[in-house]
Amino acid sequence: MLLYYNNLMKKLIIGIFVAITFIIYSFHQRNDGSSAVVTPKATSAPSTSQQMSSTTTTSATATYKDGQYTGTAADAYYGYIQVQAVISGGKLTDVQFLQYPNDRRNSVEINSQAMPSLKQEAIQAQSAHVDTVSGATDTSLAFVQSLSSALTNAQN
Amino acid sequence: MKQTRLLMGMPIVIAIEDPAITTPDFDAVFDYFSAIDEQFSPYKTTSEVARVNQSLERPDWSEDMVTIMRLAEQTKQKTNGYFDVYSHKHFDPSGIVKGWAINNAAQLLRKRGRANFFIDAGGDIQVAGLNHDHEAWRIGIRNPFNRNEVIKIIGVTTEGVATSGTAIRGDHIYNPLTGQTAHEIASLTVIGPNVYEADRFATAAFAMGKQGVNFIESLPGFEAYMIDNDNQATLTSGFERYVI
Repeated sequence: MLLYYNNLMKKLIIGIFVAITFIIYSFHQRNDGSSAVVTPKATSAPSTSQQMSSTTTTSATATYKDGQYTGTAADAYYGYIQVQAVISGGKLTDVQFLQYPNDRRNSVEINSQAMPSLKQEAIQAQSAHVDTVSGATDTSLAFVQSLSSALTNAQN
Repeated sequence: MKQTRLLMGMPIVIAIEDPAITTPDFDAVFDYFSAIDEQFSPYKTTSEVARVNQSLERPDWSEDMVTIMRLAEQTKQKTNGYFDVYSHKHFDPSGIVKGWAINNAAQLLRKRGRANFFIDAGGDIQVAGLNHDHEAWRIGIRNPFNRNEVIKIIGVTTEGVATSGTAIRGDHIYNPLTGQTAHEIASLTVIGPNVYEADRFATAAFAMGKQGVNFIESLPGFEAYMIDNDNQATLTSGFERYVI
């Protein structure tokens, strides 16, 4: 078990290095608030639009061919992430998630470390407006890999 | 007015609702995060963090590095060793730099006279004052099993909110006491007096697994919402007063 995690951590560390290099070169531009929206298609709750403009992985001045480009399905260890990049006016305007891991367990375990003094509840979707959303950090190696391959396909 | 940039490998969103907001307000914060990234990136070979790993000695540390080292040591003690910036002798202070930087950025906006804003860096948030509707800022807690879904909404006006989880980066938090990754729970959101405090205790509590929520319960001024892998949430005793 420990060996498994060590290998996983090594993979992760190498992968993250590659990912960050890509991130830094590909999204280092300031958002003008109008051009690009990178947000999943919210269905049940309006999360904040995470807007950014973007350049290519290879050149700050390159533009893309308009259209929709599907990235490869990238292994996120606990499932696969696959995105589709939407290019409009030569710019990346939207990123949609085609696959997103759902690591919900099928079997329900009895909680052996129950905390009787604290209230418990089943989580439930909310539909009211929010200003922003707190969650585990919203980037991943698999996301970057998939988006990177989609943008490669979109290059002129 | 709201602006977003991708810095430090994550979207950083700034929303300011004061009258007469200026572009330099946003630029000052984004420039600050860029500078922090240059200094503390664990991935950039030129960063001070990289140089510490290449044996940069204490007398040569910057003032900020000395601060981070002090805060990291203090946090390790306060969390019974669950928070550790050293993993297999490799120094990576990202877990403390992020919350610290967001908190400093908020201070920077306050010094510029801004009183109603939030700064959200990759899902860790500092708020101040009121939102566009002159109400408490409404912060959603993301469903760790479905990124498009919000499963709780809290209202805050001065606090920091941070979530640790496995949701998208994978098992990135590990238990320094066992050397194994922590994955007993899906996510743990902490409300604290500021985002620095919320973030460091969320990180440590997440590494504690199901006991993490009890650890937060024991801290005065902190509340938590823990989601386990069976879709069950556990709330600290004062959490509900924030729920909208």
